[in-house]
Amino acid sequence: MAERKIQDLFGKPVEVVNVGLQGFIQPMKDQGVPVVDVDWRPPKEGIRHLRVTRNGKSIDEANDEVVSRIKKARPVLVGMGLAIDTIPGYKPNLILHAGPPITWERMCGPTKGAVMGALIYEGLAKDEKEAAALAASGKIEFAPCHHYHAVGPMAGVVSAHMPVFIIENKAFGNKAYATMNEGLGKVLRFGGMGPDVYARLHWMTDVLYPSLKRALATLPDGIDIKSLIAQALHMGDECHNRNRAGTSLFLRAIAPALARTSTDNETLAKVIEFIDKNDHFFLNLSMPAGKAALEPAEGVEGSSVMTIMARNGTDFGIQISSMPGKWFTAPAPMVEGLYFPGFSEKDANPDIGDSTVCETAGYGGVAMAAAPAIVKFVGGTPQMAIDSTLEAYEITYSEHEGFTIPVLNFRGTPLGFDVRKVMETGIMPKINTGIAHKDPGVGGIGAGILRAPEKVFKDAFDEFSKFC
Amino acid sequence: MTVKSLIKASEYHDSVSLMLVAKELVKFPGVKDASVMMGTDANKSLLEQSGLLTPEGKAATPNDLIIAVSTDADVDAALAHAESLLNKKAEAEEGIEFRPKTVRSARRAHPNANVAIISIAGRYAAEEAWECLFQGMHVLLFSDNVSKEDELALKKYGRDHGLLVMGPGAGTAILNGVALAFANVIPAGPVGIVSAAGTGLQETSTLLAKNGVGITQGIGTGGGDVKKEIGGIMYIEGLKALQADPATKVILMVSKLPDLEVEQTLLEQVKASQKPTVICLLGGKARSAQLPENAIVVSTLEEAGLTAAKLAGAKIGDIKAAIAAEAEETRKQAIELKKLLKPGQKHLRGLFSGGTLCYESQVIWRDNFEMEVYSNAPLDKHFKMKDSTRSEGDCVIDLGEEEFTVGRPHPMIDNDLRVRRILQEAADPSVAVIMLDVVIGYGAHPDPAAELGDAILKARAAAKKDGREVLFVASVTGTEEDPQCLSRTTDMLQAAGVHVLKDNAMASRLAGYLIS
Repeated sequence: MAERKIQDLFGKPVEVVNVGLQGFIQPMKDQGVPVVDVDWRPPKEGIRHLRVTRNGKSIDEANDEVVSRIKKARPVLVGMGLAIDTIPGYKPNLILHAGPPITWERMCGPTKGAVMGALIYEGLAKDEKEAAALAASGKIEFAPCHHYHAVGPMAGVVSAHMPVFIIENKAFGNKAYATMNEGLGKVLRFGGMGPDVYARLHWMTDVLYPSLKRALATLPDGIDIKSLIAQALHMGDECHNRNRAGTSLFLRAIAPALARTSTDNETLAKVIEFIDKNDHFFLNLSMPAGKAALEPAEGVEGSSVMTIMARNGTDFGIQISSMPGKWFTAPAPMVEGLYFPGFSEKDANPDIGDSTVCETAGYGGVAMAAAPAIVKFVGGTPQMAIDSTLEAYEITYSEHEGFTIPVLNFRGTPLGFDVRKVMETGIMPKINTGIAHKDPGVGGIGAGILRAPEKVFKDAFDEFSKFC
Repeated sequence: MTVKSLIKASEYHDSVSLMLVAKELVKFPGVKDASVMMGTDANKSLLEQSGLLTPEGKAATPNDLIIAVSTDADVDAALAHAESLLNKKAEAEEGIEFRPKTVRSARRAHPNANVAIISIAGRYAAEEAWECLFQGMHVLLFSDNVSKEDELALKKYGRDHGLLVMGPGAGTAILNGVALAFANVIPAGPVGIVSAAGTGLQETSTLLAKNGVGITQGIGTGGGDVKKEIGGIMYIEGLKALQADPATKVILMVSKLPDLEVEQTLLEQVKASQKPTVICLLGGKARSAQLPENAIVVSTLEEAGLTAAKLAGAKIGDIKAAIAAEAEETRKQAIELKKLLKPGQKHLRGLFSGGTLCYESQVIWRDNFEMEVYSNAPLDKHFKMKDSTRSEGDCVIDLGEEEFTVGRPHPMIDNDLRVRRILQEAADPSVAVIMLDVVIGYGAHPDPAAELGDAILKARAAAKKDGREVLFVASVTGTEEDPQCLSRTTDMLQAAGVHVLKDNAMASRLAGYLIS
């Protein structure tokens, strides 16, 4: 590009950004000049504008690299396997959970319930009492899903013999994993326990998993999840709290292969029924797709973009690209929600789950404008959903050209929460999420929204500032 | 004829927007046929039928986007064009009035925004100005109280990146005919103005318009630019841009008297062009020994506006003679008006909203009338008022000075302060003349003549009760096309008994004759 000169402006249409006095806006409009008025607020005290690191690296350039890796990602469902056989480094006594690291003692009710349920499912304990004793004995190793390239909604509990989806990021070759979604209500991921929960899990392992695995084996290119997310965003999903379109699209993509590899029609029908009746089946694909896209973006020196955001029901944690492996945590906040009949906020557990990987990867809450059907979560009107997305642009570094929002004239979704912008504007990321009962064994009781706690961003910003 | 396709793996777009892209793509020079489709089997057979299916296209999956082009020109350029069409962002939809919270996101939503007006508190203003410059926008920094260090750094960056940094304290600019902040509706024409004085830019540009001449650009740099700490960086950049601009035939430079070394740098830059350049360094004469050949030095805004208008082709005879003739008329008018005054009425009070106009008046009173006029913003600090809230003798007050505007709107926006001061001055039995500037245009009060006119009528009525007539003298800085309208404003002031002269200099002369 030729060097810019002041006179290049001469003769061009003027378009104005106004920062300050409202009185300057109307004269622009009267002159027919497009004007954007910035809703400017003084920055918080002590929050510097960070632009370069101490090593002279441009933070924007580092962030460009991070978001370009996320955009380049091409997550594809390539197969399935049992966790123990599939996830690198898995051990028989390893239980994965959502969010940042946590000990058994500090785990919240739903996570404890899910851990106990998983131990019973594994046959390592015969009842809840025995499971609790085993969990507390030190013989069970606990680790975040995120430490094993995995993500799990709500409690996010994974045990050795649970089947997992294998998502391969074709652009970078890395893989990510997640279990299959059980449905809503009294289910393990919400901490639900009981014979019906275990029976469902066993059916999923014994019938659903082999059917899907056989079908996937006949699809040499797998199923392109990025493409399904992009389409679902045009069909009313934001791919976190609404997955109805994504689930339908997935079913459409796999149905012929399921039919071709089916052993009997009744099994096939049950498999299709199960997926069809669970609007959130696709969540457990959109989440590991996000994880697969985000992992290659970790470890870029000088970047202030968040690459992990996850909660375990006790703590809320984030990581930023330039400090991979370093969790910044704060107590998990409560969710503002809508509840299933018979439940209220008094029954609710604080925020829980790895599903915020969606917001981190450029969909979910940041794409509310794409999901008018669930605007009740953000106040009830489509305009509020649009505002919610527009607000997210304020604190994200970029926009995801691969994921677009029809109502915003196909503008890319907000991508890459930038801790600098979060702290400068004081706008905390908005998250869409499910709500678990606080006691072990009950399960899911609703869904809602919340804002990420400021402390995690403040701590991350302060730590990041030390390098600037 | 070349047929080539570009496969974009896992890129999903809805078919309607893809068809629009294809439609646009066919218009690209040399393109015979083009198609942009997802790689489904049905689409592939369509591509085959139109001879656009390449081996790569054949291999594409239904999740891949196929851009296929047949052309006898540059096929890669056509494909690149297709990509840019795909990524082109639609303009934000009208009706959605979401206010972005940061400059960065404002720009992201409006990628064509090219000028920022910043008017937030000074201590935050530099930071936002940086953000705007980094986003590639020219900046009008209306805010005051920006440090010299920040101003210098911002302006150096602007200079090195081809961006205007107007201000801090810049209240007026006209870019491509668009009035920014406080500015008037001026027709397009051949005069380019660069000014370090806001109302100086308004007064000279409206004088041009009053003489049927228009402008290319009006670049306001803020008064601090011509101080030696800044060295006139933006003034010179603005001047260079006007020198390089083919539409600008005449250049008009306006400033209060700059620091000497800055003045020399400015004059040096004037030499770089052949264009006739009118130089008005208010409050002094150009002190450099050698003036560039294309320079015409004048001493008032009035002379500056008229000289530039004449150079641009306005039918004006000898300017000095014309001004002298008109001044003579004014002198005669003064003789008549003086008859209305009582013996004790001998003082002048100026109540100004425009700093440069206040300055021009003082220059005229000093140079033409040898008057000793005190001010809160004097030419010579010897004439500094002790207390600018209390008038004594002959004095002129710039109500736009910071002492009056902290926590209060500028007197061009809000007439309140001037209304009260008019009543206060008129009640002083020693006062003969009250002089005002009335600045209209965008940014200014929607109808200053109404409020000032009421106040003047009230003040005159009160004086009459004491058996006195107070004389009001004013000029209107504005044009017919301004929202408040020049003739309408003038008529309203005249209806209130104000003697309205055609510009500030002439009004100053009338006031001068009335006092001396």
